[in-house]
Amino acid sequence: MSDTSSNSTDERIKEISSFRQALIRPELGGIVGTIAVFAFFLLFAFDSGMFNSQGVMNWSIVSAQFMIIAVGACLLMIAGEFDLSVGSMIGFAGMIIAILGVTLGYPMWLAIIITFALCVAIGALNGFIVIRTGLPSFIVTLAFLFILRGFTIFLPQTIERKTIIGGIREAAEGDPLASVFGGKIFGNVFNWMGDAGIIATFQRGTRAGDPVVDGIPMLIVWAILLVIFGHVLLTKTKFGNWIFASGGDPEAARNSGVPVNKVKMLMFMFTAFCACVFATCQVMEFGSAGADRGLLKEFEAIIAVVIGGALLTGGYGSVLGAALGALIFGVVQQGLFFAGVESSLFRVFLGVILLAAVILNTYIRRMITGER
Amino acid sequence: MNTRSTHAPIIQMQNIEKHFGAVIALAGVSIDVYPGECHCLLGDNGAGKSTFIKTMSGVHTPTKGEIIFDGQPMNFNDPRDAMEAGIATVHQHLAMIPLMSVSRNFFMGNEPVKKIAGLSFFDKDLADRVTMEEMRKMGINLRGPDQAVGTLSGGERQTVAISRAVYFGAKVLILDEPTSALGVRQTSNVLATIDKVRKQGVAVVFITHNVRHALAVGDRFTVLNRGQTLGTAQRGQITPEELQDMMAGGQELATLEGSLGGTV
Repeated sequence: MSDTSSNSTDERIKEISSFRQALIRPELGGIVGTIAVFAFFLLFAFDSGMFNSQGVMNWSIVSAQFMIIAVGACLLMIAGEFDLSVGSMIGFAGMIIAILGVTLGYPMWLAIIITFALCVAIGALNGFIVIRTGLPSFIVTLAFLFILRGFTIFLPQTIERKTIIGGIREAAEGDPLASVFGGKIFGNVFNWMGDAGIIATFQRGTRAGDPVVDGIPMLIVWAILLVIFGHVLLTKTKFGNWIFASGGDPEAARNSGVPVNKVKMLMFMFTAFCACVFATCQVMEFGSAGADRGLLKEFEAIIAVVIGGALLTGGYGSVLGAALGALIFGVVQQGLFFAGVESSLFRVFLGVILLAAVILNTYIRRMITGER
Repeated sequence: MNTRSTHAPIIQMQNIEKHFGAVIALAGVSIDVYPGECHCLLGDNGAGKSTFIKTMSGVHTPTKGEIIFDGQPMNFNDPRDAMEAGIATVHQHLAMIPLMSVSRNFFMGNEPVKKIAGLSFFDKDLADRVTMEEMRKMGINLRGPDQAVGTLSGGERQTVAISRAVYFGAKVLILDEPTSALGVRQTSNVLATIDKVRKQGVAVVFITHNVRHALAVGDRFTVLNRGQTLGTAQRGQITPEELQDMMAGGQELATLEGSLGGTV
């Protein structure tokens, strides 16, 4: 007991350089990947139109789509759970908006609000079942993957005798809430940039002189807002600490007074909310809802999150990392198209980068916890 | 502990009985703990130590008997009640999350908040500062508040858990075998921590089955055997051998010891 002072410096602990210290962060994989991907396409596809205004907008929209669902999946994964029903939820939400707004003729704002309420309630049901039964969320949400997809195909077939319901754009015309999802902002700035010759304009047709890219779609605004919200919630609030704790060790968190069940429940609801945002933006953009929308999105969201440095086992990760993962996704998916590469190779890339990310994450976790 | 006579006990457990169906886990156990005292609760496996401290910390309600906390009879319905009253338990399975930083662990469930534009945010600066300060007091120099708990040794983790409980106002600190899984040096660090905490006026209930650890810091010793207490002894009034014998129920160990040549 006499030598408590001797533990002030432990000679067996090596000094960790600040460089190495800076590397030990969840976003590392995402940052490295983003730089690598941009370097690659700048070198090999610079002249393909990928980096002019339309090109940038093209991969930005795709990345933003990934980001919206990745934020939800990220927070849920850090809280220690999965949601495999995200993709089906996207199809389901879009279909409900279409049925309510077009088939039943509800005002679009009401259709959107009802859909959001319904989806968040289904998210809560997911969470409730996981928490109550103690079953892995993998199984519970896998069940909902099929249940929701089944309804998404069944409902329009029964009601409209088809699997795609169109006419949403007309129904949403002038609707205040619909424009929050389907509108564009900063049109003036883009008009000005078009006039000033900074970005391309239409040369012929009825829209001659208008910029080809005429504003930032609300989809991208939602993505940015959700990423900021998720990042601040996770790293700057009390609740964020609870999310880490709930995923890190639920029992220890409970012993310390963290309401673990509430945290997990809310994260399931937030994931459903994100899926619903995605779906609403998508149906507003396409003007139709299809029964096959959102297929495989749950896995793409999870892959983006893992590339972003989150551990599949929970308790560790970063929303910014997940956003970078989504950006890598969008850039590569569209970049391969611009570079004229066979698009099926995108899946090969997906698999390879997922494996690389998981290996890197495991290594980083070992550095953090000092385990061997 | 010469100051004890001037204090009232912070917690008194009187004739506590706990039955689980037909099993009598505790058959009338009484102890009292004074502020600034380290009261060691010794006993072999199955002696009822765990049941007893769970009763004390509100996990179990006693079948019979009374708990008097700070002069008031108390009925803890769940651990939260006990926690709010100031009874903190540091379990063998620590409430620590290896992947999270020391400061995030330290404030887990009790995060300090600051208001910015009407929204409350986690006050990380305060959390970091307090954590570094509290750790330094306990003789642990962290690389930084962001250091993950996973990089700490078992003894250091115990110390973080103990100082966390004390920082959040524990009046009675129950330590459930904090040294059972530790090496020699780490054990001595934890024992030193117990000593520091005691000097701050916290009542420590130290559960162990290691007589040497108990004698190193204990002021008083209560031995449990088969759900009954075999009396409380003052420091200096009892030898390690006597304690050991009491724990094992005297007779049996004496025989065993003979065959092992006094090595137990």
